[in-house]
Amino acid sequence: MPDEPILKVDGVSKHFKVGGRTLRAVERVSFDLGAGETLGIVGESGSGKSTLGRLVLRLLEADEGRVVFQGEDLAKLASNELRSRRRDMQIIFQDPLASLNPRMTVGAAIEDAMVVQKIGRSASERRHRTEGLLERVGLQPSAVDAYPFELSGGQQQRVGIARALSLGPKLVVCDEPLSALDVSVQVQIIQLLQELQRELGITYLFISHNLGVVQLISDTVVVLYLGEVVEQAGADELFERPQHPYTQALMRSVLKVPEELEKRAPLVALAGEMPSPLSPPSGCPYHPRCPLAMDRCKEEKPLLRTVSEGHMAACHKAGEAVTMGSAPAVLVTPSELAAS
Amino acid sequence: MADELLSVEDLHVEFERGDSKVYAVNGASFSVGPGETLGIVGESGSGKSVSVLSVMGLLRGSGQVTGGTAMFMGKDLLKLRRRQLEDIRGRDIGMIFQDPMSSLNPTMRIGDQIMEGMLSHQYTSRKGAFNRTLQLLDEVGIPEGKARFRSYPHEFSGGMRQRVMIAMAVACEPQLLIADEPTTALDVTVQTQILVLLRQLQLKGRMGIILITHDFGVATNVCDRIIVMYAGKVMESAPLVDFLARPAHPYTVGLKGSVIEVGTKAHQLRAIPGMATALTEPPRACPFAERCQLAADRCLEELPPLRPLGLGHYVACHRAEEVLAAAGTTVGAQVGGPVGGQVGGQVGGQVAQGVTARA
Repeated sequence: MPDEPILKVDGVSKHFKVGGRTLRAVERVSFDLGAGETLGIVGESGSGKSTLGRLVLRLLEADEGRVVFQGEDLAKLASNELRSRRRDMQIIFQDPLASLNPRMTVGAAIEDAMVVQKIGRSASERRHRTEGLLERVGLQPSAVDAYPFELSGGQQQRVGIARALSLGPKLVVCDEPLSALDVSVQVQIIQLLQELQRELGITYLFISHNLGVVQLISDTVVVLYLGEVVEQAGADELFERPQHPYTQALMRSVLKVPEELEKRAPLVALAGEMPSPLSPPSGCPYHPRCPLAMDRCKEEKPLLRTVSEGHMAACHKAGEAVTMGSAPAVLVTPSELAAS
Repeated sequence: MADELLSVEDLHVEFERGDSKVYAVNGASFSVGPGETLGIVGESGSGKSVSVLSVMGLLRGSGQVTGGTAMFMGKDLLKLRRRQLEDIRGRDIGMIFQDPMSSLNPTMRIGDQIMEGMLSHQYTSRKGAFNRTLQLLDEVGIPEGKARFRSYPHEFSGGMRQRVMIAMAVACEPQLLIADEPTTALDVTVQTQILVLLRQLQLKGRMGIILITHDFGVATNVCDRIIVMYAGKVMESAPLVDFLARPAHPYTVGLKGSVIEVGTKAHQLRAIPGMATALTEPPRACPFAERCQLAADRCLEELPPLRPLGLGHYVACHRAEEVLAAAGTTVGAQVGGPVGGQVGGQVGGQVAQGVTARA
């Protein structure tokens, strides 16, 4: 038996009121996350992935369900207790500049968090610790005196990571931490996150729309669509044998760099867009876009069920040898592309 | 080169920054022909957007073109008066940008916005513009055009707004379309829809397209030719077939090795150490040398010219032949180098340099 998970998310929902209507941002999401592991959450905009990250940290209050962190139900904690637990759970954002105070030096921003959490006995001890952290994330200790605008995007993200690390967290929610960075810098940051996990045993909840990045860093992956988990499996299993038609469509949509011209696949566009979470479709949320949809899918919501060991999908047809080949909406072949 | 639509030669652009200057574009040359898609790839600050915006007379702030020519339909765009350039922009050259919301007027119905360009360029009559707008809405995949004509931008999704932008950009049947990160803000499933749409429009009118993107997956799936920019210079310019099979610049090889796709394993990743910095003086040596694992003394002393390497394949690297010869063997490891902890040390030190001049 594996150890008790460090994070247990159990049937969590979050609905927002928007102009008298209900927006179902997150709908009955459950997963377990073991200490030192990484759970990736993928989905398109509006899928609820960022809301879920905030529910886990109790930056938002869930409408139903429980978030159990290190054995404690976060919703039951008083605010002063919650504050002290916060040091164990940190977040790294997509836009590091927006999450840093422009008038505060890098050192002040990091030390401020330590002061709030009463870490370090003196200012000089905190300064020393800050310099060590900056060095650890690949910056010069002298960066303590820099202002955020003086840094590149990659360096700002390193500061964001240093600040999250300053409290010695056990869980770090990474919300699209690479999306604003150039590709060469993305690789540097992902390697840094992996090293830190190996050294410090940190647990990551890694939210991203980038399937390749999620596969690379995650042990387990959850695919969200309109606030619901449509598929969940080990990272390699999920991307090698996707069972849900939505996961398959997502994977087909990502444009890969072909090895050579002859291997370039046709551009295949999936029809339609994600419906508004204000008026989700009946039955399976994906049925209006699904090439495999049958009458049952319009009426009956498929439950998340096990299709093979450790692999779950919410699709009536999952497990029935669902194939990647489905009628594409528009097809432009390489020969058409070449003819100009 | 006679049949090129747009031919940019030796373009130079500078920005004022306090008392100093930032050299954003340093002798860039590129061209695009009818029906061709040219991809310009590079990281932030590489000058990829600045090059194209400056040609269009759309530089913001302190940016100034300090040299070069940009021939389009027999005229040098860089020498035209503002009024003459405005005539060409939106009529002969259409443009779409990353964020459609910031380019659309939130208080104006989208149909009127699409019509506006046609009317101001006297492309057709009011009645003709109305009918063409309905036709365009249909072509770009916005159903129920008559009803959607009256909608406002906020009533559309991001993908639909980008379709509106495309309708505006191609309304006057431009010969050239400039697309600056057109799908970066969109979800992947919508991204492909937009790329397919652009391709369909291109096939109809033999429109040339310049696609500026940081996304290698996008560039390699839609472009005929790709140029890689770094520090305001063209590092490599290659037909797609060579770009894929025979990349000859260590930077190109490094960037390709940094792409993370489904199935990429950690050990395959090759981080390029360090980061690009803004140039505060014109480059006198290879601007990539400080990050290049193949850099030799010559690279630190002598600016490599963009030189032909094969048919239509150009590269600005003293050691391109060695990069090619090593391809398929250990070039990845040599050029990118496994990284681990050493990146950090190299990245440090450069605090407060790579600011401004974001491409």
